[in-house]
Amino acid sequence: MGKGIAITGMGVISAIGNNVEENYESLISKKIGISKITHIDTVHKNDIMVGEISTTNEALEAQLGLSPNSWSRTSLLAVIAAKEAVNHAGITDLNAFKTGLISGTTVGGMDKSEQYFYEYFENNKAWHHINGLHAGDSTKKIAIALGLESSFTTTISTACSSAANAIMLGARMIKSGQLDRVIVGGADCLSKFTINGFKTLMILSDTYNTPFDDHRKGLNLGESAAYLVLESDEVVAKENKKVLAYVKGYGNANDAFHQTASSDNGDGAVLAMEQALKVAGLSPKAVDYVNAHGTATPNNDLSEGRAMNRVFDGRVPDFSSTKAFTGHTLATAGAIEAVYAVLALQNNVIFPNLNFKTPMQEFDLLPETELKQKELNVVLSNSFGFGGNCTALIFSKEA
Amino acid sequence: MTDLKLELKEKIIEQLNLEDVSVAEIGDKDPLFGEGLGLDSIDALELIVMLDKDYGIKLADPKEGKQIFESVETMAAYITSKKTE
Amino acid sequence: MKKRVYINSVGSVSAQKTFENDAFLTEITTHNDTTMSVINPNYKDYIPPAAARRMAKGIKMSTVSSKTALEEAGLDNVDAIIVGTGLGCIGDSEKFISAIIDNKEQFLTPTRFIQSSHNTVSGQIALGIGCKGYNYTYVNGATSFESCLIDAMIQLQLEEAQNVLVGGVDELVAHHVDTHRLIDHIKKTPVESTQLLASKTEGCVMAEGAQFFVLSNEKQASTYGELLAVGTYNSLEKAQLTGTVSKFLAENQLSVDAIDLVILGYNGDVTFDSYYDLLANELFSNTAQAYSKHLSGEYDTASSFAFWLASKVMRTNSLPEVVHLNKVAVPTPKTILLYNQYRGEYHSLVLLRQC
Repeated sequence: MGKGIAITGMGVISAIGNNVEENYESLISKKIGISKITHIDTVHKNDIMVGEISTTNEALEAQLGLSPNSWSRTSLLAVIAAKEAVNHAGITDLNAFKTGLISGTTVGGMDKSEQYFYEYFENNKAWHHINGLHAGDSTKKIAIALGLESSFTTTISTACSSAANAIMLGARMIKSGQLDRVIVGGADCLSKFTINGFKTLMILSDTYNTPFDDHRKGLNLGESAAYLVLESDEVVAKENKKVLAYVKGYGNANDAFHQTASSDNGDGAVLAMEQALKVAGLSPKAVDYVNAHGTATPNNDLSEGRAMNRVFDGRVPDFSSTKAFTGHTLATAGAIEAVYAVLALQNNVIFPNLNFKTPMQEFDLLPETELKQKELNVVLSNSFGFGGNCTALIFSKEA
Repeated sequence: MTDLKLELKEKIIEQLNLEDVSVAEIGDKDPLFGEGLGLDSIDALELIVMLDKDYGIKLADPKEGKQIFESVETMAAYITSKKTE
Repeated sequence: MKKRVYINSVGSVSAQKTFENDAFLTEITTHNDTTMSVINPNYKDYIPPAAARRMAKGIKMSTVSSKTALEEAGLDNVDAIIVGTGLGCIGDSEKFISAIIDNKEQFLTPTRFIQSSHNTVSGQIALGIGCKGYNYTYVNGATSFESCLIDAMIQLQLEEAQNVLVGGVDELVAHHVDTHRLIDHIKKTPVESTQLLASKTEGCVMAEGAQFFVLSNEKQASTYGELLAVGTYNSLEKAQLTGTVSKFLAENQLSVDAIDLVILGYNGDVTFDSYYDLLANELFSNTAQAYSKHLSGEYDTASSFAFWLASKVMRTNSLPEVVHLNKVAVPTPKTILLYNQYRGEYHSLVLLRQC
């Protein structure tokens, strides 16, 4: 029993870098990716800030050898990050082991659907985007791009915990012996749909987001894709693989409180973190660093802070939210932060929670605001979404 | 003011899909949230849009809505005060 | 020792009158169109008006199906809720997009956006019954529902859960139908449901529905049958199909002869029904065959209707005449295989057994 779930490859594209290395450089040099929006023509462009990837669709398409306007931006980002992960893992024949693909997304191809919503009926120029509205479409494109055939692939959409749940399912499928290897993660691009949706909920900040600060005004939406390669002990041994870190624990629970808001005391978050610790066989004391969900909405940070206080019995370990760097990248948040958790473990470093000034009135939690060198063995990462969906993942140096 | 209150009741029923509620059932002072009409925070956001769209009043902070949307009477008073500003 | 997985209850809202569990396709509705809407139950009998006022159709259908399933299983709550949906509450998504465009991003309200989140159904069921357990939503085209089954099986076999509510739901929405008809995914001319397989035209008859089931690792009086195995394949060449099916059966210690009934996902699309022909005419030519999409129509989670049909067949020990595909008689439908695909992709195999 006690199978280790090894992470052997990672790929990421976000507002702070087009690959893992660039992301790491930004994180340790406090280079944030929040700016005014440039790729989407929205009436809200002057009153919101976003974590936008500066590379244009055309440039991304050129990188992938596609003609202009071939795919949704979500698919472009997804394939770039997934390819990086598979290359990083040194995989040459993807179909050599029982390999799966699990991807999380919320908007999928919404960027194109909203653009051509009426135009579809006027001409046939964009008909190739019609099927892109299906959330599974970006997953399909990744599978084709990677050459994954006759295999288990699926897509998870549980709002902002989607990719975290993809990682959890991947780990469970390896543990249960259904898969030997699985590519897990998620992708979401910016769209008018999400910008306006979050605007109606009045939780978008008009300036840089400030996680866990008493004067926090809301979140900055972001876009990103991030994938990790998970492999079983057997594959690692057989292929003599270098292991970056392990997925040690995971938990998913539902807050069952409200369609969008988290409960006052973070019941779902507590259950998710407790379950992740139980699966990992670790006590709360073993956690060295928490990469918090920390979206900088009034509701999330209060609920999550209280939940951490409950799980760690008032002795919350060092924690930070990296969303001040990237913005909240929705479905992908759990995967991009999983990559950051692994980078933290590899480099024994805690990334700063930027833009924090004033502690919250409700409790005395202080995030790490400077880059901190510290021996790390266990990192916990939270991701919470609409529909009360709460997921906690635990990453460790040792199996 | 009375006309405004009636208008607000009609709009609340329509905007929030309160099919089984009639105008007569909403008292001027009845609480709209919690025990009264049973509205929730999503309804509050819907009402904020209604204030903007139909009365040209913008609320920047959803927390402001708490007092304004206490009852039809408080809503009417707020709208009237904004109009005379 | 892995625990067995049982189907302990069913619930269905479909293009047939299936919302009451005591009947089994005794009253057939013949559709003659390019789309099929569900036969609506009286939603007010299931959902209080205050709760219903913001509910999209997908949530209403799912509420009825899931309530029916929970009730039949004798449960108030479950350990996990897992929902499959191709597009979620797509009706509200499309209304929100059109409002963004029509109103130039002004005066938008949150309700439609919230319902657009693909996991709104699983979230609202959890909210409705107060389920704080595991809550997942799969959105992977025609294998969305099968992804739920795979996930639930792991939990039940490893005893991480005892009762899991799984379901598949999709809505029929005008803009979606109109755009997909442009690209020939939906038929351009009406076809009578009894003649679905004779249409010889491209595309499917698009529909909607919601099927929910309680899966459990404890057998009880209400049990319909046992879920033995599920396999999904993102791609399969036609040349690989029979080999893949044989391998799947062999992995479950079964031969082709051991299958008493095969339910095929024929949807009347002249281009892609040939996948089913391969199994009907070759591997299972001597096996009793049935189909279900002339009754349910096609949608991403239409395979959950076939799963419902198979469950009913196992429970009642009978195969309604209306679903027969060939003349081979079924003495006892002990072991049933379901095969489904959509447009040559999203293949799935589901193996069931009476118990």
